[in-house]
Amino acid sequence: MGAGIGAGLAAVGAGIGIGRLAGSACESIARQPEASGDIRGAMLLTAAFVEGVALFAVVVCFLIQSGIMGLVKGTAA
Amino acid sequence: MIQVRFVVWKDRFLVLADCLTLLSADDPLSHVLDTRWGGFFTWHMLMVLISGVSCVLIFPRVAAGIAADGTGGRVGGFFESILVYLRDQVTRPFLGEEGDRYLPIVWTFFFFILFCNLLGMIPVVGRTATANINVTAALALVSFVLYHSIGIKKHGFVHYLMNNLLVGPWYLWPLMVPIEIMGHLIRPCALAIRLFANMVAGHTMLAVILGFTVVLTKSALVLGSTITAVSVSAAVALSFLELLVAFIQAFIFTFLTTVFLSLAVQSEH
Repeated sequence: MGAGIGAGLAAVGAGIGIGRLAGSACESIARQPEASGDIRGAMLLTAAFVEGVALFAVVVCFLIQSGIMGLVKGTAA
Repeated sequence: MIQVRFVVWKDRFLVLADCLTLLSADDPLSHVLDTRWGGFFTWHMLMVLISGVSCVLIFPRVAAGIAADGTGGRVGGFFESILVYLRDQVTRPFLGEEGDRYLPIVWTFFFFILFCNLLGMIPVVGRTATANINVTAALALVSFVLYHSIGIKKHGFVHYLMNNLLVGPWYLWPLMVPIEIMGHLIRPCALAIRLFANMVAGHTMLAVILGFTVVLTKSALVLGSTITAVSVSAAVALSFLELLVAFIQAFIFTFLTTVFLSLAVQSEH
């Protein structure tokens, strides 16, 4: 269950991050339309970084759920 | 008569649903999970080999075409636009004019990862090599060894360590050294996991969305046909997104390798 909650929170984090990124990118294109090419490039690049961080969390959730590498301690000590 | 026609139509529709699933993969996750044939070789090894051989075969011809008449035709022009973009927007801002000697490895990283990613988008026979953590870990290891060895060769080993680990004022060094070591070790891991997770996530989502059609259409026809229409259009949209992600992730890997290379090569102050 922890893996499911973690994956959901990762999606929330990615959504917030990319939403803010897209919002400020649209606002800056509105302020200065002649820079829209540069802004679009920067937006795509940084969106991939934000999504990468969210996918790190998803990978950790997969590791927890599958229990390989001894990550899941099923029995109490 | 009407009932016979309905039964025939339903059978044809079920065959169509099966064909749609087969067109995307043998089973939905086959692009991502690896299978062995011949005891040792796997599909991902074959895809890496195909990608490497494609790079070796394509680029000398492109270079010869460009050197011959300055434009190289349509194929040469296409590749030249990407190569020049990587030189002017990625390498030169970070490494300067003298960074042109690092261009071959930058171009190789980009096109190798791009071809691996794109080979995974081919319907039946393609497998995504970069969806294998071993392949991305190997690429990240190559990048790690590359920029550290270039930095050590330029600055000397002790000087290189001092530049990178002893940052900040002297009283913070006991705190900064472990943090910097961890940062340097985490960077190639982040490179590997970023590429691996993006590829696996894309293909897994495609598999799950297409799996809805098979499961539901076999049991409930009307609901299944509606959901098939929705999920096939979602799969088309996702496939376009994955093509975009293939390019972007190849670019991000190359860009970050260049940034780390520039951090290793820069002179202090």
